[in-house]
Amino acid sequence: MKQLLTFIRKEFHHILRDTRTMMVLLGLPIVQLLIFGFAITNETRNSNIAILDNAKDEVTQKIISRMESSRYFDIDRSLTSNQQIESAFKTGKIKLAVVFQQNFQNELAHANKAQIQLIADATDPNQATTLVNYASSIIMDYQSELNQQNNLPYTINTEMRMLYNPELKGAYSSVPGVMGMILLLISTMMTSISIVREKEMGTMEILLVSPMKPMLVILSKAIPYFIVSLVNIATILLLSVFVLGMPIQGSIFLLIAVTILYLLCALSLGLLISTVTNSQLAAMLISLLGLLLPVVMLSGYAFPIANMPLPLQVISNIVPAKWYIIMVKSVMIKGMGFAGIWKESLIIIGMTFFFLFISVKRFKVRL
Amino acid sequence: MNKEIVIKTNKLTKKFGNFIAANELTFEVYKGEIFGFLGANGAGKTTAMKMLIGISKPSFGDAKIAGFDVYKQTEQIKRNIGYMSQKFSLYEDLTVKENVRLFGGIYGLSDKEIESKSEELINKLGMQQEADKLVASLPLGWKQKLSFSIAIFHSPKIVFLDEPTGGVDPVTRRQFWDMIYEAAHNGITVFVTTHYMDEAEYCDRVSIMVDGVIKALDSPKNLKSENNAKSMDEVFLILARGAKRGE
Repeated sequence: MKQLLTFIRKEFHHILRDTRTMMVLLGLPIVQLLIFGFAITNETRNSNIAILDNAKDEVTQKIISRMESSRYFDIDRSLTSNQQIESAFKTGKIKLAVVFQQNFQNELAHANKAQIQLIADATDPNQATTLVNYASSIIMDYQSELNQQNNLPYTINTEMRMLYNPELKGAYSSVPGVMGMILLLISTMMTSISIVREKEMGTMEILLVSPMKPMLVILSKAIPYFIVSLVNIATILLLSVFVLGMPIQGSIFLLIAVTILYLLCALSLGLLISTVTNSQLAAMLISLLGLLLPVVMLSGYAFPIANMPLPLQVISNIVPAKWYIIMVKSVMIKGMGFAGIWKESLIIIGMTFFFLFISVKRFKVRL
Repeated sequence: MNKEIVIKTNKLTKKFGNFIAANELTFEVYKGEIFGFLGANGAGKTTAMKMLIGISKPSFGDAKIAGFDVYKQTEQIKRNIGYMSQKFSLYEDLTVKENVRLFGGIYGLSDKEIESKSEELINKLGMQQEADKLVASLPLGWKQKLSFSIAIFHSPKIVFLDEPTGGVDPVTRRQFWDMIYEAAHNGITVFVTTHYMDEAEYCDRVSIMVDGVIKALDSPKNLKSENNAKSMDEVFLILARGAKRGE
């Protein structure tokens, strides 16, 4: 135990003396959050939408078939009640729901007015706005065609509801993304670099000759970065609540628990990288190219996974950040409990054990 | 002779595939002696040393270090030896004192022991001014001396030095050897590999490795008279002439 404490103190010396790296580690989340909070827009295709048709008449069928023929939407007609919409959103099956009022055709014919409600999942505000715009333009098209044939103008009112994120704040999508990226970067890259540095400097040899257990060496490397990451989580959460005005809907303890789980996964990945490389440069390249890129590209943070070609969609499943980001969105924005995210938690735990298993195996070979 | 044996090997061998890096090494090292382990580059010195300090498993053969078996008792071996590698291996971004404290802590010394011994160490090296400076700022010679002092800080039975004086000026080398003598005088066995033949003259006994095999093992004086040589340099050239491996 004393060995461990002595060693952890040493690691903190390393980290704190390297002020430039320290500034990057602590400043990066802030900069990222502010930049990514506003910058990204995307075209969205083949999004899953659901239709709740309370009228089931000729006009609604026409509008639905127009939506169906558009390349933007894949339509699920199976919904029969408002409650089903809610649960479809929570499971993430659909991004948009279109609700037709009862007696749609009659209302339109007699009162010249009818109601369509568009409900969007605005946890990703850019996507939500885009989808709502696509849907309303299809409806408007239909309306203007009708009006050409009649003297009395018909009005179809579209009413929009942005679920979970009524003000369409970019922070809602960037906060989970930044958390997923920063934690992975710091925990994985910094841990692997600091272990590999010992190898490169020849100090690892000295440590292996000493009575210090290798597992202890690694544990004491992981702990300081774990703590730095916790500081980062605090910064990100405080910033998003007080500066970006983003609420934490679910339990903050669940959020932290999930985050710690993800941290452990990232640390074990860092350990794995350190066992397969011998130079700091290689460790850095692997972390940057092998982690940063897939996280930004494939985690669903910058680009919607639904828009990717199938092979990339499959690959995105092995990016731990993808699952973490889903969990953060569910807990932080949708306010879901553990019941809603147990699958993702299991995947992260599985990955952690997989990484640990391989690195322990490789570590023994080296000794 | 009634000398206590601290290192005893029997046909110690290390193979990497078909390549035999160290072939059936059999030798003994006595307590308190300075044992020089000589050989050209690639002769197998470092491989042999790594087996002795327990970070590389022998392919076959036996070895006992301070009475402990290299296969089963590596933990006890680690507790009883000190090691200084050819690469400078202290933490450059820690101060002199922090390095000493760290290694004291790793070897399980109490805070009190570390406190008093590190003061002693710093005074002996004349580094009072530098005690709180980063190791990176020290000249190489000082680093080497500090490195050695740290290797014997926990009073090991044996200290292994892998080419400790590489790249150091002659004056510092001389001072370094004074420290080695002092350690040996205090009962610490010194096992040292070196390229410098003048340093071989300082050893009590030397072994000369050629192509993975120990070609000769005796005191420098005996080796010189056996080979009709004036210096260890000549002895080495005569023995190593047939070497096939090397850089």
